[in-house]
Amino acid sequence: MNNGQILDKLKGRYPESIIGSDEFRGDLTVNVRKDDIVRVGEFLRSDPDLSFDLIVDACGVDMYRPEERFEVVYNIYSLKNKRYIRLKVRVGEEDPTVPTVTGVWPGANWHERETWDMFGIKFAGHPDLRRLYMPEEFEHHPLRKDFPLMGIPDSLPLPRR
Amino acid sequence: MAIESLQRDGFLTTRLDEVIKWARKNSLWPMPMGISCCAIEMMATASPRFDISRFGSEVMRFTPRQCDVMIVAGTVNYKMARVVRKIYDQMPEPKWVISMGACASSGGMFRSYAVVQGIDQFIPVDVFVAGCPPRPENLLHALMDLQKKIQGEASMGRGRGLPIYIPENPEPAIKAQPA
Repeated sequence: MNNGQILDKLKGRYPESIIGSDEFRGDLTVNVRKDDIVRVGEFLRSDPDLSFDLIVDACGVDMYRPEERFEVVYNIYSLKNKRYIRLKVRVGEEDPTVPTVTGVWPGANWHERETWDMFGIKFAGHPDLRRLYMPEEFEHHPLRKDFPLMGIPDSLPLPRR
Repeated sequence: MAIESLQRDGFLTTRLDEVIKWARKNSLWPMPMGISCCAIEMMATASPRFDISRFGSEVMRFTPRQCDVMIVAGTVNYKMARVVRKIYDQMPEPKWVISMGACASSGGMFRSYAVVQGIDQFIPVDVFVAGCPPRPENLLHALMDLQKKIQGEASMGRGRGLPIYIPENPEPAIKAQPA
């Protein structure tokens, strides 16, 4: 299957869920509506022709703009077709919540935890949404564009000398 | 002179303090706190080529209970700082700390929110070693500096709350008395 066929199949099944798409140097990117990411993912994984069964990475992007500030990017691979697809979901700053895809690809578990830790994007329905890198009691999200490089003073306690 | 009297008379006189310090400085058992690439150089220091056992420090113990000097070899981030402090607290007195390399001493190239910009913010450091990573010779030099420091300070009743820095020209431990 080539990218055009994959996109046609996806659009044929969920025309209203696909906001846009882009192809760059043979890599297909599909923008998906936030609330439909789970069913689109489920279709991509379970369809016998597509068989996108491996989540390579899920991460966040801070676009630092007034509307739809954050983006969550999923890189999915099909072992059967030896093809990648990239799904993008946009989410606003006021309620940065995206449905979890751990039910579709269990490998997304830690990727979503990392995205929560670094960007503060919540994943609704995630089984264990703890921070991955930073200490539990840390209150900020370091990869947001408005987070200072050297951190916020006294936000990370050191042991007493 | 002392050796001559030992050979001639079969005994020597000295201060107990000096003997204790002499024993301590020549059997500094390290706690290898190897947390990144500096640890590779620390391992090389233990290898036959550089041979840290020439200084009595070949006994690397992986339990803090048996160690005298902690060699912090690597980048310490805020999450790891608690672990380093806990291991330091578990070491019995007297104890010393060598901060090995740029990362442990100052944060090094990791000028970032996650990395402690110098471990002296949470444990007292006796010797800082420059380098990224330092050569094994440099670590051995630090060990020799520490030995000099131990020989130069009092052996007992010494508070470990504050670090003791070696001045450029250290005063002799025993001053000559005017006649």
